[in-house]
Amino acid sequence: MTDELIVNKNGAPPPLEPLIYDLGAPGRTGAILPKPDVPEADLPADLLRDDLDLPEVSEMDVVRHFLRLSQFNYAIDKGFYPLGSCTMKYNPKLNEDMARLPGFALAHPLQDPSTVQGALALMYQLQEWLAAISGLEAVSLQPAAGAQGEFAGILMIRAYHLANGEAHRTKIIVPDSAHGTNPATTAMTGLEVVEIPSDANGDVDLDKLREVCGEDVAGMMITVPNTLGVFERHIQDIVDIIHGCGGLMYMDGANMNAMLGIAKPGDLGFDVMHYNLHKTFSTPHGGGGPGSGPVAVGDKLLPFLPGPIVTIVDEGDEGEPPLYGLTMPEQSIGALKAFWGNFGMLVRAFTYISINGANGLRAVTDHAVLNANYIRSRLQGTYPMPFERICGHEFVCEGHFKDADGIHALDISKRLMDYGFHPPTNYFPLIVPEALLIEPTETETKEACDAFVEAMLAIAKEAKESPDVLHEAPHVTPVKRVDDVRAAKDLILCCRVIPDWDAEAAK
Amino acid sequence: MADWKTPDNAKYTENDEWIIVDGDTAKVGLTDYAQDQLSDIVFVDMQVEVGDTVSAGDSFATVESVKAASDVYAPASGEVVAVNSALDDTPETINGDPFGAGWMIEIKLSDAGELDGLLDAAAYAKHCAEREG
Repeated sequence: MTDELIVNKNGAPPPLEPLIYDLGAPGRTGAILPKPDVPEADLPADLLRDDLDLPEVSEMDVVRHFLRLSQFNYAIDKGFYPLGSCTMKYNPKLNEDMARLPGFALAHPLQDPSTVQGALALMYQLQEWLAAISGLEAVSLQPAAGAQGEFAGILMIRAYHLANGEAHRTKIIVPDSAHGTNPATTAMTGLEVVEIPSDANGDVDLDKLREVCGEDVAGMMITVPNTLGVFERHIQDIVDIIHGCGGLMYMDGANMNAMLGIAKPGDLGFDVMHYNLHKTFSTPHGGGGPGSGPVAVGDKLLPFLPGPIVTIVDEGDEGEPPLYGLTMPEQSIGALKAFWGNFGMLVRAFTYISINGANGLRAVTDHAVLNANYIRSRLQGTYPMPFERICGHEFVCEGHFKDADGIHALDISKRLMDYGFHPPTNYFPLIVPEALLIEPTETETKEACDAFVEAMLAIAKEAKESPDVLHEAPHVTPVKRVDDVRAAKDLILCCRVIPDWDAEAAK
Repeated sequence: MADWKTPDNAKYTENDEWIIVDGDTAKVGLTDYAQDQLSDIVFVDMQVEVGDTVSAGDSFATVESVKAASDVYAPASGEVVAVNSALDDTPETINGDPFGAGWMIEIKLSDAGELDGLLDAAAYAKHCAEREG
């Protein structure tokens, strides 16, 4: 396989797809309009333009163009995708069928609640299930994605302290292994980020945590298992320390794929968390979206939930089903999203949870954790690892070798593409040099995990024997190694030079 | 593993800034190790200007590379007397010459005693080697 790939490198690159503007011919069109049934009239001359640069193509030009473009893509429906639930796990097709049921797909957000009782019942049940899975009291489905869930959570923590007359609590503690969204959320809410380091085992440094705890602390944001893929061994101590100084605990639920049916954030003492439905409950995301980031809260934050949330407004009886309605919690931080959240995602997550059931969700986590540990064990000894301990649903290894100078994580990732795999997350978490964050998820078979491992082992060998093959990778993809530096510095993103660009810029 | 330059005339922080004193002012920048870890630097967002004062530990700039964005902290307190505006157009100078043309700000030290708390070249080189495992 390797020899073949090296030879391909020297062959001519396959022609890239032309821009749609370069296809077609003047006057060509893909639509035939019916004859008008009203008198024809000319458009007002002052509204006519002849400077619009529009493609003139047939239906087949368009179909082939976009199909060819789509074939350049790598997708989870095509192969192993070690970005895992971090981005988006496999989306079962049943979810799509359910989201397309006319009663869900065609409902209008301004319909009278009495006419969309099925949709509201689904949302109510999903709130209940997500609350049960979290071990917390109640859920709002409002937030549009995880980052907005975080924003809602920190606003609620702030609202709680303000309601208690503790406006001086302005600090949010964030471990250095955190997702970048955690400090960003804190900054957006106007609070102050206090970063604390991890210890040599990848856990929060408890001594440093005690040092920064005081009556100015509003709370702490932490991901469990953390972004290094390991379960915080002192999570109970961390919760106790923060509660001890009057702060509240926020759990970033991005890694819930490692916790389903095993540990409940509410039982661990968390006051608030968000889910990423696209990460844990298999709704599509990763460049497509939209996401959905419901927040779950304990009793302290109950009155502050973003709304509206779905409630039972009339219990009903033997003859009448309950009547569902939309309610704003009394001291709500308000609405975060137009109407009722990303409803299509809620239908998909509901489907996933109801098909799996409680035992099935537990099995999801069991298999996700098993797959990650299997791959980790097979790569251990070849790839350096910052922490050699049992991981959750993902693990970090380092993409460099003592005896292969000049090889970086990026080279390994690019080379993986030649072997037919999507690269894993690169250079995150930031505290691990040359980080490669690998997450297979529960859906991959042993054969798929093995094939990925074999590719990783072959690449490690190449790194030492023929490093240029890595430096110049990928070799067999439609687009070769892209110029990251130019992409970051040269910010003209337009696919085609706009006529009069210079004249526009001059204004 | 690579060897990183750690000039003897500089003092260092654990966060990978350097400071080199010259008379009553001192230049500050990112170390060779830091630029190597960040890889290609594509943007420097300077958050101070001449006349501002910084305290030791204050973030005064954000450096963005193709891999990550990273805050840069003042190793010592003082008044900013110069900023390296050439980095606006050629941030990659930090990669090429971290201790020379890649300097970031120059400060007039308010307390030279603060420098005693920083790492010397040998201690900093050890700090880099330790993190590399």
